[in-house]
Amino acid sequence: MAGHDASGHLHVSAESKAPYDEETLARLHVDAAEVISRYPQKRSALLPLLHLVQSVDGYVAGRGVSFCAEVLGLTEAEVSGVATFYTQYKRHPNGDYTVGVCTNTLCAIMGGDLIFDRVSEHLGIGHDETTEDGKITLERVECNAACDYAPVVMANWEFFDNQTPESTIGLVDELRAGADVRPTRGADKVCTFKEVSRVLAGFPDGRADEGVGAGPASLLGLRIAKDHGWVAPEGASGSSNGSSAASSSLTSTSDGKDGSK
Amino acid sequence: MTDTLTPILTKFWDDPQSWTLATYERHDGYKALTRALTMEPQAIIDAVKDSSIRGRGGAGFPTGMKWSFMSPPDGGPRYLVVNADESEPGTCKDIPLMMANPHSLIEGVAISSYAIGCEHAFIYLRGEVVHVYRRLLRAVEEARAAGYLGDNVGGKGVKVDITVHAGAGAYICGEETALLDSLEGRRGQPRLKPPFPGAAGLYARPTSVNNVESIASVPGIILEGSDWFKGMGTEKSTGFGIFSLSGHVTNPGQFEAPLGITMRELIELAGGMRGGRKLKFWTPGGSSTPIFTEEHLDVPLDFDSVAAAGSMLGTRALQVFDETVSVVRAVARWTDFYAHESCGKCTPCREGTWWLRQIMNRIEAGEGTQDDIDKLVDICDNILGRSFCALGDAATSPITSAVKYFREEFEAGMTTPAHELFPPEKSVLFELPAPTTSKESSGMVSA
Ligand SMILES: Cc1cc2nc3c(=O)[nH]c(=O)nc-3n(C[C@H](O)[C@H](O)[C@H](O)COP(=O)(O)O)c2cc1C
Ligand code: SF4
Ligand code: FES
Repeated sequence: MAGHDASGHLHVSAESKAPYDEETLARLHVDAAEVISRYPQKRSALLPLLHLVQSVDGYVAGRGVSFCAEVLGLTEAEVSGVATFYTQYKRHPNGDYTVGVCTNTLCAIMGGDLIFDRVSEHLGIGHDETTEDGKITLERVECNAACDYAPVVMANWEFFDNQTPESTIGLVDELRAGADVRPTRGADKVCTFKEVSRVLAGFPDGRADEGVGAGPASLLGLRIAKDHGWVAPEGASGSSNGSSAASSSLTSTSDGKDGSK
Repeated sequence: MTDTLTPILTKFWDDPQSWTLATYERHDGYKALTRALTMEPQAIIDAVKDSSIRGRGGAGFPTGMKWSFMSPPDGGPRYLVVNADESEPGTCKDIPLMMANPHSLIEGVAISSYAIGCEHAFIYLRGEVVHVYRRLLRAVEEARAAGYLGDNVGGKGVKVDITVHAGAGAYICGEETALLDSLEGRRGQPRLKPPFPGAAGLYARPTSVNNVESIASVPGIILEGSDWFKGMGTEKSTGFGIFSLSGHVTNPGQFEAPLGITMRELIELAGGMRGGRKLKFWTPGGSSTPIFTEEHLDVPLDFDSVAAAGSMLGTRALQVFDETVSVVRAVARWTDFYAHESCGKCTPCREGTWWLRQIMNRIEAGEGTQDDIDKLVDICDNILGRSFCALGDAATSPITSAVKYFREEFEAGMTTPAHELFPPEKSVLFELPAPTTSKESSGMVSA
């Protein structure tokens, strides 16, 4: 369950009933072998493999279920049972960009509810619906571990911090227009749903060194400690653990409110 | 006296490329691993035990003790599984830690694995943070290339490797046994305990499941000593932790401090309450911990003091709400969350959270009935202690504590909608263009 009703089987569209073409299938098999090799027991590869088939189909299609079942020696019912449990596996074709507005309590109250309403109105779609051009799937998401940047919006699981209705509407407009959009804390640009699904299957896209290490809110305590000369006590190594390695100082503002773009 | 804040894991998060191996090594990175490899595994366990560090994932179980409770080696595999699922509402410490300083976790995994005899460790990361996944994959790659992981760690013939695994969106997978089922490629549903993971965990082998911050704290204990660690914090809650302030403070953010700091101190460091407004309620350790009010501002934030005051230190997820906020609305939304995330395995939680949600939503809408408050408390009684895992209990915490401190607001919910009593636009953190916009958006309060 975890967010789904118990209807069990994935919605299977006509298009996904066509088998994978030979080339795609061959590539899937190579990738699947790599995923399986990461685990002592091959069933553990199921979650990454579901991300992998999403990177090809844009959702968990019937043929993706069959593929996972085949390579792992499971029944299709077993695979579907797992796929329907997790919210990141899509039962119908997803937009190129999932835009998830955090509407868990903290973000909701700090403005997430209003952002969701305004963006929903702007796009003319509700939760878990996709714009007609196939670009944006709008979602309410649960707490995404960024509450100190509330209200938070995730675009294909990249952080857009300290959002306002206007900034998020700007975000979806740019994504729809095909512009490169830079998350507040993340890669240099938001990749597509399929691209991100491939990363989540454990295939790096070479973007790990892009973006910041930490945003201003993450650094607030550190900055205050430096201002006061507060450090951790000296330990056995004698290298005065807490003493700051006099490198960079903060360039960001202290209010943690800088917008995303 | 220890300083008010003690940046350790957060110490160089502001370095231009804080996440790289080069930066980590410049800050004494992997020195603890080198030291650990000269020690007997048991000596590492003893040092961690002696530090008295308690798990940073919520429950506060002593980490060293957890390791020593694992079944003794029998020649078969043993596993370390790092819980990086961070999904408890309000909790936002592990994700920034892994984004800014992933090597502290990787080094901790290497040392901890060596200590407990694990050759293949796992980091189970929630799937909704793709950039953190990139950073972890990269850090493992770098550590492997540098010989800190692999078949011959530090040239000592020690074998440790790490698989970083991305989940796919389900709060319950943070519960350690559900996490193990999920990591085995199943629906994430909790397992019956005993057997505990230490006896039969991943693939039914002895397993230790530990939180990110717990494991990332291990290198410091090894390098600086358990006395150094115990020199911070309180007698029974030793060491430091990352405290996460969010919500209606002037400057939300992360503060790494000795356990035992108070909320009053933290709010002051965060620049006080937004616009000088009054604090109304706060969570000490995420939505699963009973709420606190102004009267708890001086409770030392350590495991025992918070418990004595009627809540739990949890994950130090300090969510702050000021006087503009309807406690009914806040609790109703958390209740939606628990109903949504209940895995459905056991009846009290599956059915109970569904009923709690119905009642909370009608109280929020101003349509509560005379006996709704009693019903809420009654249902909570029937969930608490009768559920299969701690999620059920957690669902009751916000409700029972809010009824305790703010009963009159629940009573008001029999006649007046929460959004009339507490207009939501007063709570938002951005400027609203015109006062009329909020009036019509009735969708704002009903999820
Ligand atoms: C519903 C639920 C969710 C949990 N989520 C997490 C989590 O995201 N991260 C975590 O470390 N522990 C979480 N826990 C606690 C774990 O079950 C476990 O106690 C913890 O990972 C042990 O690590 P520690 O001893 O280092 O704290 C959760 C527990 C429950 C019941
Ligand atoms: S208490 Fe809730 S989450 Fe835990 S096993 Fe029961 S139904 Fe599942
Ligand atoms: S409540 Fe939105 S990120 Fe935590």
